[in-house]
Amino acid sequence: MKIIVLIKQVPDTTNVSINPDTNTLMREGVESIINPFDMYAIEEALRLKERLNGEPETVVLSMGPPQVETALREALSMGIDKAVLLTDRKFAGSDTLATSYTLAAAIKKLDDYSLVLCGKQAIDGDTAQVGPGVATWLDLPIATYIRKIEEIDKEKILVERLMDMGYDRISLKLPALLTVVKELNEPRLPSLRGKLKAKKAEIINWGFEDLGIEEDMIGLDGSPTYVVKIFSPPPKQGGEKFHGNPEDSAKKIFEYLTSTKII
Amino acid sequence: MDYYLTEEEQMIKELAAQIADEKIVPVRAKFDESGEFPWDIIKVIADADLFRIFIPEEYEGMGDRAMSLALVTEELSRACAGVSVSYAASALGAIPIILYANDEQKKRFLPRIASGKSLAAFALTESNAGSDAGAIQTTAKLDGNEYVLNGTKQWITNGGEAEVYTVIAMTDKSRGARGVSAFIVEKGTPGFDFGKKEDKLGIRASTTRELIFNDCRIPKENLLKREGFGFIVAMKTFDKSRPGVAAQAVGIAEGAFREALKYSKEREQFGNLISSFQGIQFMLADMGTQIEAARALTYAAARMIDKGAKNYKKEAAMAKLFASDVAMKVTVDAVQILGGYGYMKEYPVEKMMRDAKITQIYEGTNQIQRLVIASELIRETVSKK
Ligand SMILES: Cc1cc2nc3c(=O)[nH]c(=O)nc-3n(C[C@H](O)[C@H](O)[C@H](O)COP(=O)(O)OP(=O)(O)OC[C@H]3O[C@@H](n4cnc5c(N)ncnc54)[C@H](O)[C@@H]3O)c2cc1C
Ligand SMILES: Cc1cc2nc3c(=O)[nH]c(=O)nc-3n(C[C@H](O)[C@H](O)[C@H](O)COP(=O)(O)OP(=O)(O)OC[C@H]3O[C@@H](n4cnc5c(N)ncnc54)[C@H](O)[C@@H]3O)c2cc1C
Repeated sequence: MKIIVLIKQVPDTTNVSINPDTNTLMREGVESIINPFDMYAIEEALRLKERLNGEPETVVLSMGPPQVETALREALSMGIDKAVLLTDRKFAGSDTLATSYTLAAAIKKLDDYSLVLCGKQAIDGDTAQVGPGVATWLDLPIATYIRKIEEIDKEKILVERLMDMGYDRISLKLPALLTVVKELNEPRLPSLRGKLKAKKAEIINWGFEDLGIEEDMIGLDGSPTYVVKIFSPPPKQGGEKFHGNPEDSAKKIFEYLTSTKII
Repeated sequence: MDYYLTEEEQMIKELAAQIADEKIVPVRAKFDESGEFPWDIIKVIADADLFRIFIPEEYEGMGDRAMSLALVTEELSRACAGVSVSYAASALGAIPIILYANDEQKKRFLPRIASGKSLAAFALTESNAGSDAGAIQTTAKLDGNEYVLNGTKQWITNGGEAEVYTVIAMTDKSRGARGVSAFIVEKGTPGFDFGKKEDKLGIRASTTRELIFNDCRIPKENLLKREGFGFIVAMKTFDKSRPGVAAQAVGIAEGAFREALKYSKEREQFGNLISSFQGIQFMLADMGTQIEAARALTYAAARMIDKGAKNYKKEAAMAKLFASDVAMKVTVDAVQILGGYGYMKEYPVEKMMRDAKITQIYEGTNQIQRLVIASELIRETVSKK
């Protein structure tokens, strides 16, 4: 039984600035970190392992350039058992479709997994598509925005999904995929023994040849996404307020909605 | 300055720095205000294995190294000296065991301290015996297979929080300092209670408390080394722990210095940043230089210990003396650079100034350090003749 955590290395945007002319991140000299939401996924994998008396093997999996190794070693220093890096020139330029296809192939190859954990979204790409994408490729049940894992056994898992108001309780058959939010837990710091062990640990490297995947579905060729324009949306405006007695206000709202052809 | 730390030392320092910045800085003002003991933070430090770095590997530690201890203490102190002393006092309580306990005693106590499950403490001071440690009145009398302890220790760091106490007591009053012995006493032993918890100027997150022994019976096996050896235990313990106090002082000074430097680059007066005024620049230059000198002396003393030097009494005392005086001066200057804001609790430097003072007092006042240094200097010239 394996718990697989998908992690993405991202620029530490708490110290990053945006180039106002191009609207792109100024990446030079910016430190790379594990996507913060993925830290909650790592922590939860470690806690689940403790809850299940150490039985499941915890694995972190990431696709990216060779320097992603530092992110994988950080996860190992926190106590994760095994790290797999998908790196290959052929993977470069992957969009969320190609990324999730490639990750799904690696998960299949890892085999014997009961749970795949992702962050709710990456703080650089922000699409929140990779988790659902992987679940689709693997035909797994998925629940997003998980804030709590109530119960888990060999067959199923009972989770709480964070909603705008309150939460949903969802039971899923295993294997399943969850994407997680920060309310889930507080990630631990690495230990010194963990750091020393992680420094020496072997990172499993898989490339295109190892995964048995279609070449035209990966990398730039396998990425139908075309970014036309990147911009910061204007901040939400305050909206219009209608004062007075309820009847008049309702009338005014109705007039407004019809005149703007919203209804 | 680059001290060419080993890769492992660098790792230890980074880990301690991460704990300081992420776990201590956000809550230090709260603990300073309430005086509550920071158990949550102690647990984080323990989970990170940082109590292991001053315990030998045979006893579930990761190597007994003064340099590692100095690095951790410095980084924690940069954030909060109240937290760091709670950590360092556990090392202080463990040092006599590491230096003088037999294998069986080490097996009993060191693994618990290494894991951080138990804190340790060191108890020498009494109301009438501060600098004059030979004047202690707490007694230990052998009765069958047990020693019976009576008396009161004062101002013991980690008192009540710690599980393992190294206690210095008189076994033969007629022999003065040669009649002093060292014991390990466990919390929960009948006849061992805790008295008043002190309300202090600084290091307020730490606990400073009375230990009260009232016909407290401990097994004979809890004696360290042999009767009459206690004064040597205490003095050698201080030789080894003083670079730790020096590191604490360096950390406090560094924390205050960073605040002052940052503030000087933000605060404008007379249409200019205050960092552009030469009067401020000279203060910053002096602070930076003094801290680096204190750090160099501290690390050099720690390296001497780790390289197996036989006698490092003088160097340890010099590091403690110099670094603590630097901490006091730098924190006062940091408050000065922040002006009225520095005097307010919204900024951390007034706390650092309050915290710095203790480093000139405990583990031997700075007057006592000068006595130690002078007597070593004089002894060296005599023995060279
Ligand atoms: C504005 C924008 C521009 C882009 N431009 C291009 C482009 O020009 N060309 C192109 O080919 N692609 C482009 N992409 C695609 C994007 O860079 C990748 O698809 C990205 O690796 C994954 O998408 P995301 O960052 O939104 O992750 P999300 O879907 O938000 O991530 C959710 C979770 O999925 C997991 N995850 C995500 N990525 C990985 C990974 N690499 N390894 C392991 N786990 C992972 C993590 O658990 C993460 O928390 C662009 C995306 C955006 C939003
Ligand atoms: C917060 C705190 C925590 C402490 N933690 C511990 C602990 O964990 N364990 C422990 O055993 N003790 C602890 N102590 C006690 C501390 O070590 C003593 O306070 C210190 O040794 C000084 O003793 P004293 O306070 O009795 O001062 P005194 O010895 O009474 O000194 C008063 C003044 O006289 C000076 N003086 C004394 N003798 C001489 C001399 N011969 N020549 C010149 N000047 C001299 C001193 O330098 C000082 O300025 C702690 C104290 C404090 C405040």
